[in-house]
Amino acid sequence: MTQAEIKLCSLLLQEHFGEIVEKIGVHLIRTGSQSLRVIAHDTGTSLDQVKKALCVLVQHNLVSYQVHKRGVVEYEAQCSRVLRMLRYPRYIYTTKTLYSDTGELIVEELLLNGKLTMSAVVKKVADRLTETMEDGKTMDYAEVSNTFVRLADTHFVQRCPSVPTTENSDPGPPPPAPTLVINEKDMYLVPKLSLIGKGKRRRSSDEDAAGEPKAKRPKYTTDNKEPIPDDGIYWQANLDRFHQHFRDQAIVSAVANRMDQTSSEIVRTMLRMSEITTSSSAPFTQPLSSNEIFRSLPVGYNISKQVLDQYLTLLADDPLEFVGKSGDSGGGMYVISILTTCHLLSSFLSRFGSRCARIFRLVLQKKHIEQKQVEDFAMIPAKEAKDMLYKMLSENFMSLQEIPKTPDHAPSRTFYLYTVTILSAARMLLHRCYKSIANLIERRQFETKENKRLLEKSQRVEAIIASMQATGAEEAQLQEIEEMITAPERQQLETLKRNVNKLDASEIQVDETIFLLESYIECTMKRQ
Amino acid sequence: MAGNKGRGRAAYTFNIEAVGFSKGEKLPDVVLKPPPLFPDTDYKPVPLKTGEGEEYMLALKQELRETMKRMPYFIETPEERQDIERYSKRYMKVYKEEWIPAGPKPKKAKDAGKGTSLTNTADVLKKMEELEKRGDGEKSDEENEEKEGSKEKSKEGDDDDDDDAAEQEEYDEEEQEEENDYINSYFEDGDDFGADSDDNMDEATY
Repeated sequence: MTQAEIKLCSLLLQEHFGEIVEKIGVHLIRTGSQSLRVIAHDTGTSLDQVKKALCVLVQHNLVSYQVHKRGVVEYEAQCSRVLRMLRYPRYIYTTKTLYSDTGELIVEELLLNGKLTMSAVVKKVADRLTETMEDGKTMDYAEVSNTFVRLADTHFVQRCPSVPTTENSDPGPPPPAPTLVINEKDMYLVPKLSLIGKGKRRRSSDEDAAGEPKAKRPKYTTDNKEPIPDDGIYWQANLDRFHQHFRDQAIVSAVANRMDQTSSEIVRTMLRMSEITTSSSAPFTQPLSSNEIFRSLPVGYNISKQVLDQYLTLLADDPLEFVGKSGDSGGGMYVISILTTCHLLSSFLSRFGSRCARIFRLVLQKKHIEQKQVEDFAMIPAKEAKDMLYKMLSENFMSLQEIPKTPDHAPSRTFYLYTVTILSAARMLLHRCYKSIANLIERRQFETKENKRLLEKSQRVEAIIASMQATGAEEAQLQEIEEMITAPERQQLETLKRNVNKLDASEIQVDETIFLLESYIECTMKRQ
Repeated sequence: MAGNKGRGRAAYTFNIEAVGFSKGEKLPDVVLKPPPLFPDTDYKPVPLKTGEGEEYMLALKQELRETMKRMPYFIETPEERQDIERYSKRYMKVYKEEWIPAGPKPKKAKDAGKGTSLTNTADVLKKMEELEKRGDGEKSDEENEEKEGSKEKSKEGDDDDDDDAAEQEEYDEEEQEEENDYINSYFEDGDDFGADSDDNMDEATY
């Protein structure tokens, strides 16, 4: 884990879980797997707090544990999982677009709590939705459960590994920590039986209470005497599936940009068909026959078979190789590399200027090129070209390839060729992204801290106004209270708000770049 | 030695033309200090994307940040004691549900002989074992309960629970009687809402 990543993890943990958890988490990320006592000793925190922090981290799937021989339990942190926390808004928003508010709240609850039983999720979401609905209406548990089942079917939520049931029969002393197992086919299996029964009962108790205001609902209902039907079955959000979805989205939009809407629809159909059959990191989708595609096209597109075939041929012949014939019918990963290249290019544009981008594209195209040739092909004056080349070289976006003419490698008699390896350039950029997000978060925290006094004041004034309005105050009094915040202060607040929003938005967008770069690096490494 | 050629005139081992400086031209100054902290950029950055989706995500992000702070998972650092107990502090405290997973059970001494480690680690391991042996069910059940402020851990009669349950009950009452926005009747499903909390029932205020 690089320093930049560790810094970012520490900032994220601190923001979401507080300082103690951050200390423990960062320590684990830095030092690899450790046992409980060592952690407590090294970080200087009390055992009690370490345990609490570890519980929180394990609950959120950020730390895993393992039993080593000699009965020692060691904890290990997953740094990449911590970095995913940046992406929570994107996950939730995606679910909203796919499954509307219910789905959105389900995923939000799962992300906020790490692991939850299905009944807990359904209950929470139903309650939240009921609060936003009009008085007297309540959210049906069945509807929430339906959405949950749909999410499970499309693999957006999955079961957590659980304690194996055979452990009870073990005669010897139980191990200090169970090894959790999960059966592959059980991962998306929703406990169906309990669902139906529960739904009815809950609904009735809900309906009873519907007449009275929620606050007066009796604390005691018969339901709670019985144990939860799906005790021990915990669900978590399946982040890989979300990533797959993002990737598909990126591919489809790239196709749409390059060609027209219809071809992007075709590609989208192909991807959707292979959503569940292909694992998330496969380089190609399963081969699909054009008949299948034809049958699965969305209803709105009534294009004939011939037109479809034409489109497919077009896609296949495209130099970017989105779609390949027969053997590999989906060049998913090729597209990712193209997208990565585009990102690299655009980052160049912003940082070094369009000429630099031109040089970069040229070197990319020619694979290996000499300095003199760069000037000629790019049509840029020699001095500038050299300047830019060296700048890029120093930033490690380019590398030099030496080809000696003579065995003694004399510099004056050696060819030096510039070349770009996308992989290393991608890594460089990724590292920069981590640093920039860390900077953004720090700056945001700094800004908020600077204006803390002002923020608190404005919050207090708002609270006063709200309470006065509730008790029915006159307009004049409200005016007076509002004037407690002077105009320049108001302006300061405005600026602060604008800055914080900008910083937040930048974080979200840098995270998109990070996603693309990370998936590219991952699939390239897999292919090698 | 070999570098001193031509009476002080510099000569390079490679063709200086290739690097870009013509013969005799002034070389750039030697850099004597670190580069500036915020160098001027010649080019403005690309503007941020704006759109309905982005705005929604922005609002979500800020909301999530706030919510996380209020969740029981957010463990606050205990403040150091101040010299003077401020009166206003009492009224500014935020009441958060305490999330305690199946935590330490100091009275549980029935160690089934790990043997390989010191007593301390055995104890600690036993606690973790407790935590895990009950399965995540126990832990999260408690988490669910705790979160609502109603602690009932009456699973399979564990005596040691009473200790914790007792402490938590006191805390529980204190929290429930507090005038706050939390709906006291709201609780997690399923868990044995055992006899102990009966006395709380009468005091439930609305």
